[in-house]
Amino acid sequence: MQLSKSKKITALLATATCTLLNAGAQAQETKSENDWQFDTAILYYGETDRVSLLEGVISATKDFGDQRVLNTKLVIDTLTGASATGAVSQPYAQTFSRPSGDGQYTTSPNELPLDDTFKDTRVQLSANWTQPIYKDTRVNLGGNISREYDYLSVGTSVSAESDFYNKNTTALFGLSYQFDSIDPVGGRPIGLSTMVVNNGQFGAGDAGDAGDAGEDAFEAAFDQTRITDTDDKSTVDALFGLTQVINRRMLVQLNYSYSTSSGYLNDPYKLLSLVNTNGETQSVLHENRPDSRAKHSVFAQTKYAFDNAVADVSYRFATDDWEITSHTIDSKLRYNLSESDYIQPHFRYYQQSEADFYRPYLDNTDALPIFASADYRLGEMTAITVGLKYGHKMNNGHEWGVRAEYYQQDPKNAGFENIGVLASQDLYPSVKAFILQFSYSF
Amino acid sequence: MNIIKIQTSNKYTKKLISVFFIITAMQLGGCANLGVQPWERDLLAKDEMALNADAIDIGLDEHIYFSKEGTSGGRSFAGGGCGCN
Repeated sequence: MQLSKSKKITALLATATCTLLNAGAQAQETKSENDWQFDTAILYYGETDRVSLLEGVISATKDFGDQRVLNTKLVIDTLTGASATGAVSQPYAQTFSRPSGDGQYTTSPNELPLDDTFKDTRVQLSANWTQPIYKDTRVNLGGNISREYDYLSVGTSVSAESDFYNKNTTALFGLSYQFDSIDPVGGRPIGLSTMVVNNGQFGAGDAGDAGDAGEDAFEAAFDQTRITDTDDKSTVDALFGLTQVINRRMLVQLNYSYSTSSGYLNDPYKLLSLVNTNGETQSVLHENRPDSRAKHSVFAQTKYAFDNAVADVSYRFATDDWEITSHTIDSKLRYNLSESDYIQPHFRYYQQSEADFYRPYLDNTDALPIFASADYRLGEMTAITVGLKYGHKMNNGHEWGVRAEYYQQDPKNAGFENIGVLASQDLYPSVKAFILQFSYSF
Repeated sequence: MNIIKIQTSNKYTKKLISVFFIITAMQLGGCANLGVQPWERDLLAKDEMALNADAIDIGLDEHIYFSKEGTSGGRSFAGGGCGCN
């Protein structure tokens, strides 16, 4: 009798708690149903002596109730500065043609060749709609378009997620398709063709002069190495995800994703030096990558709630048929200083092995390989990020944050010999960047 | 002799598959024991416990790493997206 009474009380208490929680949730919904939530940010990314980027984001989210949510996002960024071409530095000055074929740039002795003509503005629009389709099952539909001077990207994605076991387990399956169209400045260079540089061998005369035969001959030779129409690439991604609540303080997520790209996967602005047995550059070639790539990745994330802090730790393992294997560890600790203020230290470590066709340079005594790239981003490297964010929630509910980070990439020699004069050159210089971001939500 | 071997190996494969299924089922059953009751979600319901908390920061970071490193994606779709240098 006593037992059944206590059972009844427990049941009543549980019902009351649920009712209260539901009432709270409904009140929240009523408030948010009429309001758009805006998240905005502006980010500066600057590398020492290289690229700098300014990027702005406006994200608007509206909750229509019953788990129907619309998110739209606008991103605008502008990129300026110099980017490593892939050509090696030499103990003497080197002259290169600009990607457009219009003009030249010269690199000082012992200086890494950087092309300083990069200047681009990108505008990206994306939208995502979440709709419940069945009890505890939702569908997300997304679309995005991104446009820059020489690049257009259009994509769509669909995913479905279902909750099980009292919403303690969530399974997700998604597919996305991305179509990119590339129209490089000066046309697409033919893979492994030799860069045509006007060193006076075409005869005298600049374009526009009365006797511009030299310039005309250069342009004709330059055009021989270029294909002028646009090219494209297609990417299909599949994503399987599982999220599990472990206990009141902890949850974990496990994702497997498969991504396959085909089409034009070259970077049209990247070069390779062809050197003799003494390491001296004989000519400069345009890179050539395979026209397909298949990637697998496993991503695991866990979040843990302390009384005054939240820890967020993730690990990603990725491997692909270009033989790039990478490990990424990312961790954040949000520490609440008060009800309205927090600080969040961030640490990230990244390590990758080189692509099987990566070469820091080509030796002119060897036969030319079919594929080759000296892009350091496809070489062996490690990278670290350390950062700190401070966030503050104001009395009106608006929130602002400021984030400062330092990012350093350390490319490594993956066992290639530095022949002749290359022994005295720094072929794997570090890239150091500062990141500063201000965000505001209302 | 070979046929017997194949039959034996088939038996082992079948056994292995059933053991695998039993383990998987036990794991899934285990999931039912994990987790919390709806009224124990006070901490999990906090904004900062969402897997995509700081979504704007993550989006900006992924754009940087996408254009500076050989691997991208994992957290969500890797996609294509830009000719970033």
